[in-house]
Amino acid sequence: MRSLFLAALLALAALVPPPALALDAAAVHRLALGDTSNDKIAAINALVESGDERAEPLLKALLAGSVQTSGDRVLIVQGDSAIDALSGEKVVPIPEDASNVVLNNRIRGVLDSAVSALRLLSHDQATRLKAARELADDPRAAALPVVDKALARETDPEIRGVLEIVAASVHLHEGSKAERLAAIRTLASSGNSKTETLLLPLVAKKPDGSWAEPDAEIRVAAQASLADVRGRLAWGERFGLLFAGLSLGSILMIAALGLAITYGLMGVINMAHGELMMLGAYATYVVQNLFHAYAPGAFDWYLVAALPAAFAVSGGAGMILERTVIRWLYGRPLETLLATWGISLILMQCVRSLFGAQNVQVDNPSWMSGGVQALPNLVLPYSRIVIILFAAAVVGGIWLLLTRTRLGLYVRGVTQNRAMASCVGVPTARVDTLAFGLGCGIAGLAGCALSQIGNVGPALGQAYIVDSFMVVVLGGVGQLAGTVYAGMGLGLVNKLLESWSGAVLAKIAVLVFIIVFIQKRPQGMFALKGRAVEA
Amino acid sequence: MTRLFSARGWIALVAFAAALLLVVPVLALAVPEGSALHLSEYWVGLGGKFLCYAIVALAMDLVWGYAGILSLGHGLFFALGGYAMGMYLMRQIGLDGVYHSQLPDFMVFLDWKAYPWYWSFTEHFWYCAALVVLVPGLLAYVFGWFAFRSRIKGVYFAIITQALTYAALLLFFRNDTGFGGNNGFTDFKRILGIAIATPQMRVALFMLSAAALLGTLLLARWLVSSKFGRVLAAIRDAEQRVMFCGYNTEHYKLFVWTLSAVLCGIAGALYVPQVGIINPSEMSPANSIEIAIWVAVGGRGTLVGALLGAFAVNGAKSFFTQAFPEIWLYFLGLLFILVTLFLPRGVMGPLQRGKAA
Repeated sequence: MRSLFLAALLALAALVPPPALALDAAAVHRLALGDTSNDKIAAINALVESGDERAEPLLKALLAGSVQTSGDRVLIVQGDSAIDALSGEKVVPIPEDASNVVLNNRIRGVLDSAVSALRLLSHDQATRLKAARELADDPRAAALPVVDKALARETDPEIRGVLEIVAASVHLHEGSKAERLAAIRTLASSGNSKTETLLLPLVAKKPDGSWAEPDAEIRVAAQASLADVRGRLAWGERFGLLFAGLSLGSILMIAALGLAITYGLMGVINMAHGELMMLGAYATYVVQNLFHAYAPGAFDWYLVAALPAAFAVSGGAGMILERTVIRWLYGRPLETLLATWGISLILMQCVRSLFGAQNVQVDNPSWMSGGVQALPNLVLPYSRIVIILFAAAVVGGIWLLLTRTRLGLYVRGVTQNRAMASCVGVPTARVDTLAFGLGCGIAGLAGCALSQIGNVGPALGQAYIVDSFMVVVLGGVGQLAGTVYAGMGLGLVNKLLESWSGAVLAKIAVLVFIIVFIQKRPQGMFALKGRAVEA
Repeated sequence: MTRLFSARGWIALVAFAAALLLVVPVLALAVPEGSALHLSEYWVGLGGKFLCYAIVALAMDLVWGYAGILSLGHGLFFALGGYAMGMYLMRQIGLDGVYHSQLPDFMVFLDWKAYPWYWSFTEHFWYCAALVVLVPGLLAYVFGWFAFRSRIKGVYFAIITQALTYAALLLFFRNDTGFGGNNGFTDFKRILGIAIATPQMRVALFMLSAAALLGTLLLARWLVSSKFGRVLAAIRDAEQRVMFCGYNTEHYKLFVWTLSAVLCGIAGALYVPQVGIINPSEMSPANSIEIAIWVAVGGRGTLVGALLGAFAVNGAKSFFTQAFPEIWLYFLGLLFILVTLFLPRGVMGPLQRGKAA
């Protein structure tokens, strides 16, 4: 009832035109229709003084030359229509007598800094921060008065920091020696990657071998600051690599987890594992579309429904496969390899027939877009963070399942000694089906996770299958820890190598490493210890 | 010394050889075009392709059917042989490339000024012919030495070979590797100074492939019916026991594995001039697995089955990919599943019923 009322209210609100812009009408008129340049500049200053960020579109439009006047109306022209600058009403068509507001270069200069000033002086903290960051990326001497003014009244320490760096980058080349030295020291505390390019000219040599900067003291100070800045940037890069490695590692880990379970249990390498991941990703896609169609309001939470759906689709497909195909191939692991490859071909072609060969679009929920600014030159995307946490949760869940439930006990028992487990009454056939379903379900979860960061297409599984096999080979089977360490290790090593040898050579190096590694430990890092001659 | 073939086997072999080496050339070259019996260039080319595939299938049967080693990387050896031959064919283009340079077009495109060191001597046919044998052979020997020494077998071995061919695929995709990257080698003009696109050349290559296939068949048949072959089969069935009998199984496996790779290399070298292109997609894991299914369809450990399988599956592939392209993968997938489930010994299984396996 209440929600109905709310909805009605919302609908009503949509009908009412937006509130008129409460811009200072007098200032706007002076700006657009004023006679002299001085008039206009005074008007601009008045608008800036008001600190009203709604003046920004008008000033920007003015700069772009798309402000026209008709009678005493001021119009912002956008293509074929226009918006009344004061009331915000749409004006269609544009009146015939409309004429452009003419600017001279002096006014342009004032306008330019006014736009940034307006945002720097805005009441909204986020807008100020954004404006300051934009200025830091492109510091101009013209902006200096505005920056000084903003610094005078700014209270937020973060914004202050950014603004100080803007001021310093301007002072770097202009001003007294003391000012320049101070600026160099301020810049040392900046983590902006542009700072490096700002400082570099100070320590550069001219082609004839002499220093570009004649003052030795400034050179030394610049050198020291540069080292500081570089050190900080290097940390950003290192953490970035580490994070990328963790992120890749956790994906490999969930991709390989299901594979390790089924291989440990049945000695069966499931070549269709990648395609079951793909099924999970497509299940996510379908759920997303259902939410788009029937519950757009709850779209942010579609993943909550997509996760079980992906698990169910892939797990169900896995159980059917186990019952119909794999069951009949016990003791013939090589044939199982071929049969599951055949299954993967069929699944791929099925998806192609149903959804088309093109990649489909899976949207992130809004809370997953964006990221955390961890360091000045390092943004950690939320989607990746969520996936790392998700992988940890999956591993935790599987660990609980394997160690705390009866099914887990059975699975471990059958993995260690199938014949003995069967003798003491473990229903091995049912355990096989359930465990295979579980392994495939995890593949579905992996696919759901992948759909959030990569392309979803029929070939999605192929890209990960060889890598996840490598995780299983490296980690060994029968113990969760093997998969976790191997997945994370491969992810990190891959990304670290990638940073200095390129992606392809890194992959090849990892493969060669694995081939050499299994010379030493043919059963992987964490093999179950036993007395069987033939493992 | 056991006999290679029964009397009927010899008759079939001679008939097969005659059909390939006499009938096909006559039908393709002597019979006038337009006649119902004329064999067009398309069919000669397709047949030559299949003959190369059949050599690969035989090589695969040697390691999988007799020694029990399933390789999912045989496409790599095939492609390496092809690339070695391709290097020679690229040098034979001479100044007739698009850019009329001494260098192949892709090197001009990359702005390379000279051949990289590993391209030296490739203008000599015999050097490349040696590469065709040596490169796959050496790679297989080194890889096999590592793998068999640490007793990697079964599924693990299959997965590692797949990783190997995947790594090579990535490597050859790079432009900087110096083998034409994505596009590989193509646009060949001549071989040994003779134009490559003539009907005569096609028939000559076809006959060469047929001779290679027959040679491979005889060699394989001789190997598997010798004592060596018996040890191989024993390794396949119970490696531990063979070891305890005092055989060094590693040597046997390494030999047959390397031989198989060399045969694949030769097949690849014959394949490339006939299809006129070699690119990294030949190394894709999917291709190598398809080789396994040829052998599985025909029947492992029979040699003749491998031949039949290669012809049958590739025939079906040519038919389906032209007539019903979207059905081909369903068909191939079902083939994988049904053959493993219901025809574990391939089509040769029911045919040989009653005889000892």
